[in-house]
Formats: sequence, structure tokens, C-alpha cells
Amino acid sequence: MSDWPLLSLVTFLPLAGALFIALTRGEEEQVAKNARYVALWTSLITFVVSLLIWAGFDPTTADFQFVEKRDWLPDWGIGYHMGVDGISMWFVLLSTLLTPICILSSWEAVQKRVKEYMIAFLVLETLMVGMFCALDILVFYIFFEGVLIPMFLIIGVWGGARRVYAAFKFFLYTLLGSVLMLIAILTMYLQAGTTDIPALMAAGFSTELQTWLWLAFFASFAVKVPMWPVHTWLPDAHVEAPTAGSVILAGVLLKMGGYGFLRFSIPMFPEATEYFAPLVFALSIVAVIYTSLVALVQEDMKKLIAYSSIAHMGFVTIGMFTLNTQGVEGSIFQMLSHGVVSGALFLCVGVVYDRMHTREISAYGGLVERMPRYALVFMIFTMASVGLPATAGFVGEFLILMGAFEESTWLAAFAATGLILGAAYMLYLYRRIIFGVMDKEALKQILDLSPREIVIFAPLIILTFWMGIYPSTFLDIMSVSVDHLISNYKVALGDAGVAVAAR
Amino acid sequence: MYAAIVFLPLLGSLIAGFGNRAIGDRPAQLVTCAGMFGALALSIIAFFDVALGGNPITIELFTWISSGSMEASWALKFDTLTAVMLIVVTGVSTMVHVYSIGYMSHDASKPRFMAYLSLFTFAMLMLVTADNLVQMFFGWEGVGLASYLLIGFWFHKPSANAAAMKAFVVNRVGDFGFALGIFGTYLLFDTVVLDDIFAAAPEKAGMTLEFLGMEWHALTILCMLLFIGAMGKSAQLGLHTWLPDAMEGPTPVSALIHAATMVTAGVFMVARLSPMMEFSPDTLMVITIVGATTAFFAATVGLCQNDIKRVIAYSTCSQLGYMFFACGVSAYSAAIFHLMTHAFFKALLFLGAGSVIHAMSDEQDMRNMGGTWKHIKLTYIMMWIGSWALVGLPPFSGFFSKDLIIEVAYARHTGVGDYAFWLGVGAAFMTAFYSWRLLIMTFHGTPRASKEVMSHIHESPPVMTVPLIVLAIGAVFAGWLGYQYFGGDLRDQFWGAAIFVAEGNDTIEGAHHVPTWVKLLPIVVTVAGIGLAYVMYMFLPGLPAKVASTFRPIYLFLLNKWYFDELYDYIFIRPAMKLGRLFWKSGDGAIIDGFGPDGVSLLTKLAAVRTGKMQSGYVYHYAFAMMIGVVAIISWYMLMSGK
Repeated sequence: MSDWPLLSLVTFLPLAGALFIALTRGEEEQVAKNARYVALWTSLITFVVSLLIWAGFDPTTADFQFVEKRDWLPDWGIGYHMGVDGISMWFVLLSTLLTPICILSSWEAVQKRVKEYMIAFLVLETLMVGMFCALDILVFYIFFEGVLIPMFLIIGVWGGARRVYAAFKFFLYTLLGSVLMLIAILTMYLQAGTTDIPALMAAGFSTELQTWLWLAFFASFAVKVPMWPVHTWLPDAHVEAPTAGSVILAGVLLKMGGYGFLRFSIPMFPEATEYFAPLVFALSIVAVIYTSLVALVQEDMKKLIAYSSIAHMGFVTIGMFTLNTQGVEGSIFQMLSHGVVSGALFLCVGVVYDRMHTREISAYGGLVERMPRYALVFMIFTMASVGLPATAGFVGEFLILMGAFEESTWLAAFAATGLILGAAYMLYLYRRIIFGVMDKEALKQILDLSPREIVIFAPLIILTFWMGIYPSTFLDIMSVSVDHLISNYKVALGDAGVAVAAR
Repeated sequence: MYAAIVFLPLLGSLIAGFGNRAIGDRPAQLVTCAGMFGALALSIIAFFDVALGGNPITIELFTWISSGSMEASWALKFDTLTAVMLIVVTGVSTMVHVYSIGYMSHDASKPRFMAYLSLFTFAMLMLVTADNLVQMFFGWEGVGLASYLLIGFWFHKPSANAAAMKAFVVNRVGDFGFALGIFGTYLLFDTVVLDDIFAAAPEKAGMTLEFLGMEWHALTILCMLLFIGAMGKSAQLGLHTWLPDAMEGPTPVSALIHAATMVTAGVFMVARLSPMMEFSPDTLMVITIVGATTAFFAATVGLCQNDIKRVIAYSTCSQLGYMFFACGVSAYSAAIFHLMTHAFFKALLFLGAGSVIHAMSDEQDMRNMGGTWKHIKLTYIMMWIGSWALVGLPPFSGFFSKDLIIEVAYARHTGVGDYAFWLGVGAAFMTAFYSWRLLIMTFHGTPRASKEVMSHIHESPPVMTVPLIVLAIGAVFAGWLGYQYFGGDLRDQFWGAAIFVAEGNDTIEGAHHVPTWVKLLPIVVTVAGIGLAYVMYMFLPGLPAKVASTFRPIYLFLLNKWYFDELYDYIFIRPAMKLGRLFWKSGDGAIIDGFGPDGVSLLTKLAAVRTGKMQSGYVYHYAFAMMIGVVAIISWYMLMSGK
């Protein structure tokens, strides 16, 4: 089995499905139906195949596994190089898990241009998975930037009223970072003569160059995370995106920034990382407090959850740059749990949006009366978002704060205010939507979760508790890779320290 | 087998919660009650084996969070302290479960209520059996969730929803301290397992820890942070505002969660961490001051509340203060003793009040009661027993535990100890006054309720009165039965390693040798308080109004609970909302978007318009532009080559 190009298979299977859909012709009704089923089956099969990666993964080594290496432009030192370690593997699985859920959630919500919609999602999946597997920086860049295109289309074509504004804002923000990152990649290539990621990790750039490269990458990743103050594209993008678009955006696309820090910034530019860590901490703390307060006063459900995402991702960047075991493992775990939980929260919003076609919080109230199942599901994910122990949200937050405390007590104390504010804005949201008297005429006929919706939520609920009660499943696999990352970082700094002393 | 104590309630909760559509209301009630009786029976066995037999054990289930050297398991620790808590929690919880069958008989969602109750019990049991700080935090937040759900049980009431949210968020403020305390403990001890921490505590006693730019005595700052958690959960001064509002929940909830068990979790935590606390005299001092002040403050507020449940709620707050200052003077077993007796008599008072409310067609305002004792004699007797035990008159349970606490405060022989002693005595006086005020206003005098209500008034069914009787038995005998173990000669052997008291801190021994006036004073002020209540509410019923109008500012100050809610609203809630709006509209909207994407796109647009205008079509315009361009390039080239 290890001979199979498993990663390429997982990466390009969705693309094959997309091609298949693109070739279908006929009555519009029929084409739409076909597109839905083909997309669902393709993504499900992709998910099952991706489970083989997990099954065959060896958690005792930090080396890249399932490696595929082919010459592409050998004269230029550029190759098609794929592989996963204990960190990227989980993101691959997260992507393959969320895609079928997204497709299923759009089953009835999307009625126009179904064929194109499904193609966009499958292409998106290919690009996401490819990005997490890529071990050549040029290949990575192609996937990384490519992701923007289907996302841009999903927001711009199937989005809400201000979709064009949101799509362009999204594009403008990410464009600047991308250009800088491309320049940085070219510089690295000119310096090291290769685009191979493992080789670049060992390249050891000079301290001064590291600073510039770090900043260039930061410009790109910080927008994706998004970090304060380059976050304002996210609320608009979320509000205008269709439900499934929001799920992928929050679930996977935000993680591209965090993953980028772990894969490039930290291992390749350790000295710059150490130098800039306080900056990251400061921006993250501002993000946690500032966006939590903003979330508190939102009147739009999706915007509220979007702002809460920024706060949660603030935790992630804090944990990552503490560069201790708890902090880094916590931040990876937080990214995974946030992928599940915030994805689920956007689905929750989608459920009522599909019925009422409004996201105004004040249009709801007392839903528990007619929608007890929905109230329960929403409660579970609200609590997970708040970080209640035994749900997925707790483990990551707890480990991050623990790591932060080791780094600096100020950092931990400021970040921990997120515990209080998070509870405030989420419960305030829940109270206004679910509790109270159902006195709005329009809500009187609203229906509880349909079987299809239950099927969508069930895996996410199971995962939320699984990750909360037995997180070892996830932590054990990443721990060797994380240790490797941290010890390499420490060694690199130690070397630099020696070099400085020798001068 | 002991693991079943914890998981039977969870099982009951899941069956009742998810299976109610399949099985119906009655089976859901039976299943949860059965689970509780099972847990109670096993708890009694555990008590005999673990506490009396001296066989503490820890049951390891499986690893929970393991990251680097941080390792926390799901594990159940059974020692004497846990065993006592098990009896209290399962005992009261079982009675409340049974009582709820009657009390909630008119409610539409009985299974949901029973499921929440059992879920709460599960979380509480996880809390008291925790063998590491992280699992304790799980139980801690778990009971918070159950409390949130139960306070907001009647979700159509806006006040209940607000109270539920307030309880959760205020508790989160405490948890903020608790969490930081856990992180600091891990940093210092490199473990979160209680036994390992306790074993290493003496050698860490001299170390320091940097926290927020200051160098602290390590154990002091850790204990302080952990104590902030305890203050939140146990509604101590400053973080108490949620508890009175929590009375919005159904009365059985108030009895179980907001009187007998959850709110005592803070006391339990301090006692559990006694091997840490004992090495931090400063923290103990703070605990004493906070506890004593709370005991006094809450009692003053209790004097003039009119809602029957709020009076008892402030009384709870006050009694928790007693428990804390007992911990503060190192008399942990006295604190746990009072925790236990208080659980019985306070649950009894709440359930009794529930029985009154039930009888009076959901009336809670004591100003609309009176003259009811003839109609609900059994409830009346029960309320008498509960009040008698609460004020601490012999021979009921409160006498043993509360007097012991007042004596240990005196026996501490420090300024802080004396502070606690005098405030404790003052609070005892007020406790007696408001307890009898409650009894008289509720049961005596002329009926103030409408004829309609009075004609419906009826004694509760046996399913509600039997639990009252069981709790009353506890309220009567628990003090007498437990004294030897908690405050007498058997205590060292009984507690074993579960509680640690440093050399020279044994105030309980000292309490046996206090002067006679110290022993008598609480009883004297209690009798005086009761007497005053009779005078003011029975013999001269016009007096309270006169007092209130004469001392109007003081009366209003107390009636409005020292204006804590208004203060917090003013300094926290409104600024938070304002800041949020400011950040949103000005920060995100005007500044970031204004100078960022919106600004850039506006500039691009303007530039495009300008460029468009430049394409005028006149040849000489283009020729002129070309010439300027050529000149510019040549100058640049010459400048560069000249270098």
C-alpha cells in the first residue's frame, strides 16, 4: 500500500470528480441532481481514502511520510514533492472531512448553477489538500494561491447581497500578501538554489535576510489567519458567503495562515521568529480582546461568529509562537477544533437562514419551543466554542494558555480574558436566538432539523466530544513532529547564539 | 465499583434526556431517581470503607490530555474528604430528585429537568473525585453548565435567561483565576496531579514566581489565583452577584445547586488544596478576611429582602463566608463539617420554601403571605427545624458546626482571626433575626394573600414531604453524629492524609480551650436576634416600616444589595458594550477599512478617472508627456552612471 501515491490520489480525486461533473450534459434539473450526487460521492470516497493516510501513519517519526518526489523542472531544481508529517496530516483530514459536509449542506440551499457550484467545491478541495501535502515551495504557492480562485467565485457568485464588495475585499487583502510572499520565495530560491521545502528548512538563511523573508511571509499568512488589523475582510466574506463557503472558509482556509507559520516561518527563519514573537503576541492579544468586544455588539449572527473566529485564531497564533510543547500542540489542536466547531456554528446559522432567509439576531427568539433538536445541537457547539471541558474547544485553549503562561504571565493573563468574553458573547447570542418567548409570527411554523441536517451534524458532534474527552488520538500523532519542530528551532537559535559569541 | 457512583447519574441523565420521547415522563423520572439511589447506596458503602475504614484509593480510567510533561488523566480519587462530599452530594441530590417529581408535576418538560439534575450531579461528583486540577476544572465548569441550564430552565422568562447567563459569565471570571492558578501550578510543580503537588509542596514553599511583572512567593500567588476560582463558584464578596439572581431557577435547583452542593465547591477546593494553602499564610489571611466580610455583608442584605428565596440565598452566601473563614484559620475539617450540616438544613429550608411556594400558587413575596401555618403544618414544622439548625441553637446540627467555626476564629489569636470572630458573631445575630423574620412573615399574622390563593392552599403530596423529613433528620442529627469526627478527638484518624494542617495551625484544638464567654456569646446573640424578630414582626408589626423610613438611606442601601449590580453594570458591562461598538464602527469601519481596502479602492478609482482624463486625444499633450518622460529617463541614467 505504501507504494501507492496516496497523497496525489487524495489530492486529485476531487479534481477528477469535478471533470466528470463538467462533462455532464442534459436537462438542467438532471444535471443538477447528477452534480450533487457525483460531488457527494467523490468527496466521500476522497475522505475514506484519506483515512488510509491516518491508518498508515507512523507517529514515532517526525520525517515526512507517504513521500512522492518527481522531477518537474529539474534544470531549475523544482520538483513535484509531496508528503505529510504529524502536523499536516490532520489538516488534510480536516479538509476531506469538511468537504462532503459542505456539499451535503448545500443540497437544497443552492438551487442555481448547481453544476458550477459543485465543481468549485471539488476544485477547492484539491487545492486545499494539495497545499497541505506540498513539500515544494513552488507547488505549495500554486495551491496556496489557487485556493483563492474557487473561494472568490463561491462568494462572488453564490453569495448574498453585497457579495461583490466582499469578494473584492477578500481578494485585495490577500493579493498584497501574496505578492510579497512570491518575492520572498524567489529570493529564497536564488539563495538556496532549490524550492524543496525540507532542503530550505536546512538552508539556514542569514539573520538579516530572515527578517525580510519573515515579514514577507507574515504579510501573507497574517491576512489568512486573519490577525488584527488585517482581519476586516473576514466578517464581510463570511456574511456574504453561502453557508458551505463559510464552513470551508472558517474550517480550512483560516488554517492556511497558521499552517504556513508552522511550515515556513518558524523552521526556516528561527531567528526572525524569535525576534518578531512579541509582535505576534501583541497583535494576537489585541485580536482576542478587541474582536471579542466587537462580537458582543453584533446584530448579525454570522458576523458575530466571524468575529469570534478571529478571537479564536488569536489564541492559535499566541500558542504557536510560544514555541513550547503545550503552546504549539495547543495551537494545532485549536486549529483542528476550531475547524470543526466554527464550521458547525456556521452550519447552525445556515439551518435557520435556509428557513427564514435572515441573519438578523433580532428576527429570532424562542426557537427552542419549536426546534428542541436544533437548540441542543446549537448548545453543544456554543459550549464547545466557549471552551467547556470535555468538548474540543477546551483542550486547545487550555494548552495554549498553559504554554503562554510559561512564556509570559502577562500574555496568559491577557489572553485568558478571552475565556470570559467568549462566554459572554456566545451565551448572549444563544439567549437571543434560542431562549425567550416565541412571539414573532414568522417563526411560528419553523421546522426542526431534518434528517439530512442531523446527518450533517452527527459527525461534527461526535468529533467535538471525541476531541474533548480523548484528545490523545490527535495529540499523540502530532507530538513527535511538534517536538522535532521545537528542538530544531532551539538548535537553530543555539547555533546562532554560538555564531554571535564567536564573532 | 466506585466508578459507578459517578457514572450512574450520567447514565440516568442520558437516558432521560435522549430517550424521553421513547419512554415518556414517568420512566424518565424513575430512571434518574434509580440512578441516584444507586449512587447514594454505593456512596454509603464508600464512606464506610474509605473514610471510616481508612482505605483511600484512586481509580485511573484513561489518559485525558497529555502534552509534553503535562499529563492529566480521567481518574477518580476517593479519600475521606471525597467520601464526605459523596454522602452530601448524593444524599441531597437523591432527595431533590424525588422531591422534583412532585414539585415539577405541572411542568411540561419533566424529563429535561430530571436529565439536567442528574447531569449536574455527575459533574459535581467528577469535581469532588478529581485527582488532578484539570479534572477538577472539568467538574467545575460542568456544574457551571448544569447550573446555567437549570437557572434558565424556564426559558420563556427573560429574567431567568439573564440570570443564567450572568451566573455563567461571573463564574467565568472566577475560572479565569482558577485557570491561571492551574498554569502556575504546572509551571512550578511540573505536574497537575494533586498527590504529586502535595508531596512536593513543602520543598517549594520557599520559592518565588514571577507574575505580571512582580516577584511573588510562589505558593501565595498560586493559592490566591486558585482562590479567585473558589470565590466565583462560592459567591464570595465581589463575585457573589450571580447567586441571588440564580433564584430564578426552579426551587429544587436552588436547594441542590445554589445551597447544598455547587456553591460549596469553593470550600471543598480550598480544603482539598490544604497542603498548598498551609504554606501560604498570606492567602489564608485573605481567605479569612473575604470569608468573614462575606458572612457579614450577606447577612445585612438578608435582613430586608422580601422574596422568600432571596432571603435564603443571601443566607447561603453568608454561611459560605463562615466556611471560608474557617478554612482561613486552618480549621478545614470545621469548614467541611459546616458544609455538611449546612447542606442538610439549607436544602431543607429551600425545599420547605418550595413547598410554601407550591402551596401558595407560585407566590414568592413574603409580603403576600402570612397566616399559613394552620394549612401546611408539616411544612411549617420543617421550616422551624431548618431555621433552628441554621441559627445554630442546640441541639440541632448548626449548633455544632457554626459554634465550632466561631470558636476556631477566636482561637486563631491573630488580628484577622478576631476580625472574623466578631463579624461571625454579628452575622449570627442577623442570621437569627432574618430567619425568624422569614418564619413569622410566612406563617404567622393575618393572611395577606388573596382569598383565591388562600382557598387553594394545601399541604404538598408525600413525594415532596418525605424528602423534607429525610433532610430534617439530617439537619437534626448530623451535627451530633459528626462532631467527634470533624471537631472532636477522632478527627486525626478520620481525616488521615486528606487534610493537612501545618504545625502550630491546629485551631480546632485551641477551640476546645476558649473562654466560656466565647462559647456562650453566639447563643446569646442568636436568642437576642430571635427575640428582636418577634418584637418587630409579631408584637409590633408597625415597627419595621418606621425603622425603614427613619433609616431610609441604610435601608435602601441594604435593599439594593449594596448597589453591586449597579456598580458592575456601570464599570464593566456598559463600557464593554461601548468599547465593542467603538472598535466595530470606528476601529474596523472608519480606520482599518477606511485606510485599508476601501481607501485603496477609492484611490484606484480616482487615479483611474484622472488617467482617463489625461487621454485627451490632443497630439501635443502626448508629445509633451513623452518629452518629459525622456528627460526623466536621461537624468536618472546620468545620475546613476555618475556614481
